[in-house]
Amino acid sequence: MTKRTEDLRIVSRRIINEEYFVLDLKSGCDDLLIFPGQFVQVRVDNSMGTFLRRPISVYDVDSSKGIISLLIKVVGEGTRALSELGSGDNINIIYPLGNSFTFPGIGEKPLLVGGGVGVAPLYFLGKMIRERGGEPQYILGYRSENQIIDYDKFSEIGNVMITTEDGSKGYHGMVTQHPGFSKGGYNRIFCCGPDPMMKAVASLALAGNIPCEVSLENMMACGIGVCLCCVADTVNGNVCTCTDGPVFNTKDLKWQI
Amino acid sequence: MADLTTTIGNLKMKNPVMTASGTCGFGKEIEDFFDPSELGAIIMKGTTLENREGNDYPRLAETASGMLNSVGLQNKGIKNFIDNILPGIRDYDTNLIVNVNGSTIDDYIELSGIVDGLEQINAIELNISCPNVKMGGMVFGTHLPTATKVIKEVRKAYSKTLIVKLSPNVTDITEFARVAQEEGADAVSLINTLLGIAIDARSRKPVLSTITGGLSGPAIKPVALRMVWQVAKTVSIPVIGVGGIMSAEDAIEFFLAGATAVQVGTATFIEPDAALRVVRGVNSYLDENNFDSVSKLIGQLN
Repeated sequence: MTKRTEDLRIVSRRIINEEYFVLDLKSGCDDLLIFPGQFVQVRVDNSMGTFLRRPISVYDVDSSKGIISLLIKVVGEGTRALSELGSGDNINIIYPLGNSFTFPGIGEKPLLVGGGVGVAPLYFLGKMIRERGGEPQYILGYRSENQIIDYDKFSEIGNVMITTEDGSKGYHGMVTQHPGFSKGGYNRIFCCGPDPMMKAVASLALAGNIPCEVSLENMMACGIGVCLCCVADTVNGNVCTCTDGPVFNTKDLKWQI
Repeated sequence: MADLTTTIGNLKMKNPVMTASGTCGFGKEIEDFFDPSELGAIIMKGTTLENREGNDYPRLAETASGMLNSVGLQNKGIKNFIDNILPGIRDYDTNLIVNVNGSTIDDYIELSGIVDGLEQINAIELNISCPNVKMGGMVFGTHLPTATKVIKEVRKAYSKTLIVKLSPNVTDITEFARVAQEEGADAVSLINTLLGIAIDARSRKPVLSTITGGLSGPAIKPVALRMVWQVAKTVSIPVIGVGGIMSAEDAIEFFLAGATAVQVGTATFIEPDAALRVVRGVNSYLDENNFDSVSKLIGQLN
């Protein structure tokens, strides 16, 4: 579908904890065609100090109802202002933006590794993999038990393994240390989270010769490939994360791993 | 409907609204949002002779009512433009303007000569004001003798409409505008970005990889308006106003300050169709205030 700017109505706001919330937005478009990994650019109208839009991954899409869900982490003034919106408020977004994850082939065993708010595009991806008959395996890493996002929702579509940095839930450690990581016999790895986590996952994938895609969260101004600010250093030179990404195969990224 | 047509040198424009260089790619990137042919001109992403990778990430810092960038003229070079980009945009019913950059005067001369031979390109904007490159750019535009030399040489190499984009990072911008006029420029555009720094207090590090960057957005509009007003009183060639225009009302302010045309830049990052909204809004303003042409608004500060 072509990129567009639209006012969407918030039909639901769900607080997960003091850091994360989910907005369900009703689109006027009756043929939503959005793929896992794509993102939207949210205009923040209720914050004087927020000049640029905020890029937010698509968490879920219900095409039949025209609903786009966004999982948002409060990190600064802009996202704090967004957290103060509620049902009935309008929100202006540009969507759908960016490329998407490559669906695994039939019979392939995919591992989806997420950390913090980076789990958002992996839910949507896992849901689509499940709809196509696949069985997504998740390893999701959080700082602590109270940071865990929508455990039940993820469990409905795949096997979920949790790691926490403080050991309050699941495996005590980082995602790459989870025993399920090395035992799984995975053919494909998809990852979204903090840069150090994605680099550690990419390193293991490389060692195991497993194709790995990551979704980058570079700072963006436009989101449509005109400002050239969000570049990623790749084997093809500097490319826009917003249009050539946000999903990259790690073999194309010039990461020191 | 008021008469929006505007002339800059030999450039006939259907309206006085252009995109600022580096804010709409080459036009293709914004086609999903509106037809670029609705604008008076498209000033394309800064182009150099050779491929350039630009500066390292991070290149962006959000600031109060604006942003700093340090892209550093990332582009694939003039040959790629001619071979791979121009064929896709040559049929736009608008003026295509190449923003010309170089590291040396010879670069500027060679590139201007190449662009002179492109029949679809009616004008160049000579960028002697990019703050984000080590060689060339602002070095040319902040030193009067060097600016004089590069404009003189490019004028010899380029036969069509020559616009010179001026840097605000000087003590007296009117000196540079006067030199541009004397050396044969058909118009001046101003302002390029203002040199600035963003610092992260938590990490105690600069935000940008280059430490300094160029400030744009509404934060710089009062500075841009002041400089346009000063320059318009100094030179007789057309002045193209640019700097923080987010709405038609902003554009009207630039016309009143003496601008013949305007460029919409950073606004496109927030609203991809910002330039088109400015065209429509200017038209409405003229109708509502009984002006039969936009030219009658220029310099009409009460």
